[in-house]
Formats: sequence, structure tokens, C-alpha cells
Amino acid sequence: MSPDAPAGDATPRAGGEGRLVRVELPFHLRTLARVEGEVALRVAGEVTLEAVLDALEEAYPVLRGTIRDHVTCERRDFLRFFAGGRDLSLEPPDTPLPEAVAAGREPFLVVGALAGG
Amino acid sequence: MSGVRVLVGTKKGAFILTADGTRKSWEVSGPHFGGWEIYHMKGSAADPDRIYASQTSGWFGQIIQRSSDGGRTWETPGGEKLPDVSEGMPTGVSNKFAYDTSEETGKPLTTHKWYDDTDHPWEFKRVWHLEPSLDDPDSVYAGVEDAALFRSTDGATSWQEVSGLRGYGGGSHWNPGAGGLCLHTVLLDPSDPHRMYAAISAAGVFRTVDGGTTWRPINRGLVSNYMPDPEAEIGHCVHRIALHPARPEVLYMQKHWDVMRSDDAGDSWHEVSGDLPSDFGFPIEVHAHEPETVYVVPIKSDSEHYPPEGKLRVYRSRTGGGEWEPLTRGLPQENCYVNVLRDAMAADALEPCGIYFGTTGGQVYASADSGDRWEPIVRDLPAVLAVEVQTLP
Repeated sequence: MSPDAPAGDATPRAGGEGRLVRVELPFHLRTLARVEGEVALRVAGEVTLEAVLDALEEAYPVLRGTIRDHVTCERRDFLRFFAGGRDLSLEPPDTPLPEAVAAGREPFLVVGALAGG
Repeated sequence: MSGVRVLVGTKKGAFILTADGTRKSWEVSGPHFGGWEIYHMKGSAADPDRIYASQTSGWFGQIIQRSSDGGRTWETPGGEKLPDVSEGMPTGVSNKFAYDTSEETGKPLTTHKWYDDTDHPWEFKRVWHLEPSLDDPDSVYAGVEDAALFRSTDGATSWQEVSGLRGYGGGSHWNPGAGGLCLHTVLLDPSDPHRMYAAISAAGVFRTVDGGTTWRPINRGLVSNYMPDPEAEIGHCVHRIALHPARPEVLYMQKHWDVMRSDDAGDSWHEVSGDLPSDFGFPIEVHAHEPETVYVVPIKSDSEHYPPEGKLRVYRSRTGGGEWEPLTRGLPQENCYVNVLRDAMAADALEPCGIYFGTTGGQVYASADSGDRWEPIVRDLPAVLAVEVQTLP
């Protein structure tokens, strides 16, 4: 898919400059943010874990606290971050995302831990 | 004709049940916020169209939802999707419950007691109870886990801790109950805007008479045999408290074990379990028009959270406790092993008074005649966590 035509909520959000990054959210966060499919975000500067999450929360304030704790800013325990086939959940916030994600060719994935039995 | 709106929070979403004043035919809407735990919903007495809901998840944390049209549509105050955020960061922090650790306004508490009496850091987990102001639709209290009281005066857009409760209430000595260290009940005294009560498992009941600045424990007369000192000032697992607006100095309590009563605004308590088949239970509710008529749902024991003998019975006292009668008509009287949680019972203000409760089996039962006869409004919801009712003009 062309980065110029991301799936889902195709209207880029969070500013008018920067690289276009695609983010795929788990079902309940899509519902909460009232979006369908992926969201597309403009991320200024280096595309790091923190920069993408900042842009996401700036565009969708209701997601503040749902991915990173409001007070500690730590990733919530039952969420994981995947990008470019790698698990970046335990990486520091300033970790650059793979170029394929930074360039919008692949989405950044926020994944909820499986539950059930 | 006036009507009622029953607000039901469940393990998997919210449901709103409405009926006219006869309370015979019901419309059910929902699930709202499907898949999320709805710990509590409550409407404003000042504006019945204003409803607050606590939406929570072990994965995604706490969300506060607000409706201004009686539950038809909902918004997350301060968390709205903005058309263009390039002009600056939005200011809303609707779901942020940060403990006050400042030297000036609170007490810099860093720990409370854990189950084994070791020190444990305060960690916000969820909102158990929302109590709207009696006269301002934009003001609302939130009782949270780990136990603290928060207040919003801007329609839940931002929250500030009422930090005197933990500070003056001895918060560093509080222990969690089996369900966590939760502030589950907030009672506002309609005769005195400066007096209110908060109940915490497993710490006890606390009262302020200065609008929330200072608090003190009011647990004299409670006896809890699981504590080294059964009559200690703090440590009692209070499950719920209730009052009647016409007699606000009279408080009723369902404790872990024991049904209790206070006639002096909580200064002292005495037991009114009387002839109940079990004095363990969770909810307690007062009749809308009869301050001495009280309802409980006995549960077999703290280790067996279901009705004695598999019979779902509401017990009613018309004497303010002590003497109780079982109410069984329309309720299952065999093979029933559901529980009724602490915030899952409510009374409407119609004549005759309606009583409602929800079960962990997903039934919501209603009585339109003060408890004499019961009918299920719905039978197959997810486990019910909370039931509130609004009497509509």
C-alpha cells in the first residue's frame, strides 16, 4: 500500500509537517477514538516510539492514559508495541522505528495481550 | 406520567432500562461501551439528563464517560477528537487521577498497608463509584482504588484529589479487602453541604464536616474479628452505607459481617442484624419514603458468595433493622447461586417505591411495590456490577 493512501482513518492528524506514520490500534482503542482501521499521523522529527505515541495522543486526546500510564508515562502492562516484525515493547522511548514504519510502508502496531481460555 | 431510568453497569458494558411510572413495560438500550467493565453509572439530581459512567479495563485503564441527553449519546470530557490540533495541545485530562503528594495541600503519603501489613505504594487502578453533586451537574465525586476521593467541578474534564481524606484518615495504615483497597461509597448529606461520608474496604467509614478539607474515621461500635484488635479505629471491611435524605443523621451499613446502624451521624454504631439468616452481604438500601424501611440481600458467608440455601431473598426491615422479613415473590427459590454486589441495588422515588437490584448472573430484578413482588426486567446480561435508578419528571 502506498504511504500516501493509508487504510482506515486516512486523514492525517497531528500537524501538517513531518512523516506520515500509520498506526494500528486494538479494537477497544479504535472504538474509544471513534476511528476505523488504521490511523495516519504526521510525526515531526525523528520517528521514535515516543514521537509516534505523542503524536497519537495529541491527535486523539481520549487515548491519553490508555497506552501509557497518565502519571508514570510507562507502557501499560498488557499492551505491546510491534514494528517491522520486531517487538519494541521493552525498548527505550527514544528508540527509532524501522525505516519501513517511519516511511509509512508498514504500520506501527499497538497490540493488546490475549485474554481468554 | 413520570418514569424511571435504570442505569446498569456490567462486566461487559452498560445498559439503560426505561419505563413509565407503572414500571410494567421496559425498553432496554445497550450495550454501551461494549466489552468494557462499567463499574458505576449515576445521574445528576440537579439535571437528570446528565449521567456519568466509569468505564474501565485491565488493558487500557480508566475512562470517564459523560452524557448530557439521558444516555442517548456519550462523550469523554476533555478527550474529544479535535478537528485540528496544530494550534496547540488540548488541555483536557479527563481520565487522569493523580494522587496529591504536595506538602501544602495534602499529606505526602507514599505507601499504604498491603495484605501482609507491609508497606505498598499507592497505585491508581479504577473508579468504583461516581457521586454527582446534589445541586451542580458539573460537579461530581469519584471514589477510586487505591482508595482516595477525587472531585471534578468541570463536568469530569479534570480531577483533583480531596487529599484530606487520606491525610487525616490515616491512609498509610489502610489495608485492602479481597476486592482491593477501594473507596466504594460516597454519601452527601442533603441537609448540610459540608458533611459527607466515604466508605472504604477495608478501612472503614470516614466523615468530613468541613466540605472535605479534614476527615476522621467514624467506626466506633464496629467489631471485625479478622483484626488483631477487633474494635480498632481503622481496618473494618465496610461493604456499603446508606442514608435517607429526610433523616441524614441515621446511617445504615452492610459490613463484611454484620448489619449496623448509627443514630448520630456515625459517631457510634450498633448491630441490627437481628433475625437475618446471614448478616454477610454487600448492598444496603433505604426506602424512598420510609426512613425506617431498609433492604439487604443476605449472602451465605465470606467464603461462599451466594444466597443461603440457594434461595434469592431480599430482606426488608420496617423497623430500621433488628426485625427482618424475607421477600421472595418472583425471585428464584431454588438452585440460585448468584451474588448481588455492593452498588447493585437502588430505590426509585415513585409511589409506591420501586426497588431494583442486579446479580452476577446477569438478571436485573425490579419491584414496583416496595419489595412485595419482583419481576426480572432483563435476565441475561453480563454480570451486573452496579445499578442506579433515576426518577424522571
